[in-house]
Amino acid sequence: MEFDNVINLVYVIAATLFVFGIKMLGSAETARRGNLISGAGMLIAIVITLLDQGILDFKWIIAGLAVGTLIGGIAARLVKMTSMPELVALFNGFGGLASLLVAWAEFEKIKDFGWGAYSAEMGAPGYFSSIVIYLAMLIGGITFTGSLYAYGKLSGRVSGQAKVFAGQKALNALVFIAILAIGVLFTWTGDLALGDTLFLVGIALALLFGVMAVMPIGGGDMPVVISLLNSFSGLAASAAGFVIGNNVLIVAGCLVGASGLILTAIMCKAMNRTLGNVLFSGFGATSQSEGDGDDREPKAISVQDAYYVLEAASSVVFIPGYGMAVAQAQHVVKELGELLEENGADVNFAIHPVAGRMPGHMNVLLAEADVPYDQLVEMDNINPIMPTVDVAVVIGANDVVNPAATDDETSPIYGMPIIEAHKAKTVFILKRGQGKGFSGLVNKLFVLDNSRMIYGDAKATISELVNELKG
Amino acid sequence: MDLVLLFFIFVLAAFLGLELIAKVPSQLHTPLMSGSNAISGITIVGAIVATGANLNGTVGMILGFLALVLATINVVGGYLVTDRMLQMFKKKDK
Repeated sequence: MEFDNVINLVYVIAATLFVFGIKMLGSAETARRGNLISGAGMLIAIVITLLDQGILDFKWIIAGLAVGTLIGGIAARLVKMTSMPELVALFNGFGGLASLLVAWAEFEKIKDFGWGAYSAEMGAPGYFSSIVIYLAMLIGGITFTGSLYAYGKLSGRVSGQAKVFAGQKALNALVFIAILAIGVLFTWTGDLALGDTLFLVGIALALLFGVMAVMPIGGGDMPVVISLLNSFSGLAASAAGFVIGNNVLIVAGCLVGASGLILTAIMCKAMNRTLGNVLFSGFGATSQSEGDGDDREPKAISVQDAYYVLEAASSVVFIPGYGMAVAQAQHVVKELGELLEENGADVNFAIHPVAGRMPGHMNVLLAEADVPYDQLVEMDNINPIMPTVDVAVVIGANDVVNPAATDDETSPIYGMPIIEAHKAKTVFILKRGQGKGFSGLVNKLFVLDNSRMIYGDAKATISELVNELKG
Repeated sequence: MDLVLLFFIFVLAAFLGLELIAKVPSQLHTPLMSGSNAISGITIVGAIVATGANLNGTVGMILGFLALVLATINVVGGYLVTDRMLQMFKKKDK
């Protein structure tokens, strides 16, 4: 009993370190130290748990820690910065599944003990234990398959497009109601054999629901989904904390749940959409009308001609999007930026909050390429100076520069804040082909009189420009 | 443990979490997400207990072991990758 107090005190310290860690992650100067501090919190939480006298067998624990450390360490070391969204989604899914399994293991324990003995040991009524076990299983399961499916979409293993079909919403609602109904039954029944069956069906439905919930969400909305799943993995851990009556799980999980929710809200705001709209609208799955009868064709320009324009420009703004990540073009973009600076131009990078596939995706890529911090300009600061910019170079971005968001009320993205590339004197748009963007919308920017398309692989195009400037 | 107390803790932690990151510059969104993701691997503590204490139930121990591996990947990978990212963010001498 005495030692339990010590353990709980150490958990308080761990939780405090998490709080400080998250706080420090919020500012550029302290972020790295913040991560280390939160890591230290995790370490002492793990170490003190290992000293718990309830633990009788260490060999599997050591094996589990070793295997997990090896896999996690290698993955973290090898991952390319462009694949960061996938990796975060994958880790997130693992965390969710771990919480599900913890709840499941606890239920197995109940099956061994019987409800009476278990409730006496936990000091909690049986209905409470069954509710939180079911919740931890449910949230963990949805997080797992949802994250895995998001991982598939992000890594291109499955189509990134939103998938909708007739009756989808009704089916999802049906599955959800079934999950709730089984949960109620699971809580009500004192019969362990029936409870076991209900629990397994519940797991299957939760896993199914995770996939179904992510299905109608398109690739462009991924930053929101990743944030939300991140929040869910925290809530799953928190629920698992209620299951085993552990303070540090409850606090740490809840902190993550709340902070993930904030990020989700920020992402939704950056797209001027509600969370419900992102989750349920099947955005981009339907084919859009071809705009307001504007049938001007996009005008292409050769790399050679683009070079002459860039060479004469005194201010250039790069606007990167997911296409830059796909083409792995961040390093050549940085080189081009440097050459233009040497040429006397003022060079900036305009970052839209939802550019890419996760919050802050572009910042990570450009930081990897060593682009100086002060050249990365946020949307609200770049837009006022856009009319004075000679050349705006859009690299694989689409919806975030679509002027329809500001002037076409019929557009699905109307009202979304954009980077006003169209106000620059000249706009170059680097694009792989003539297809539509992830959202499937027609981009009015492409047909404007001051816009010129440069078709082809972004990395190849920019390399050519770099060579021209060097030559 | 007192259930009401657990809820109390939960609610307070929620408000704390909301307050903590209300204003984070967008360049830090990715590290913040992957860093907090690593924290959600705290479920590793539950996994350790489940693996070590479920001696009479083989199924429970296997489940605990799987949970432990997954949570460890989440924790170790999450912290390392966040650190790798933040390393790139350090101030450039220019």
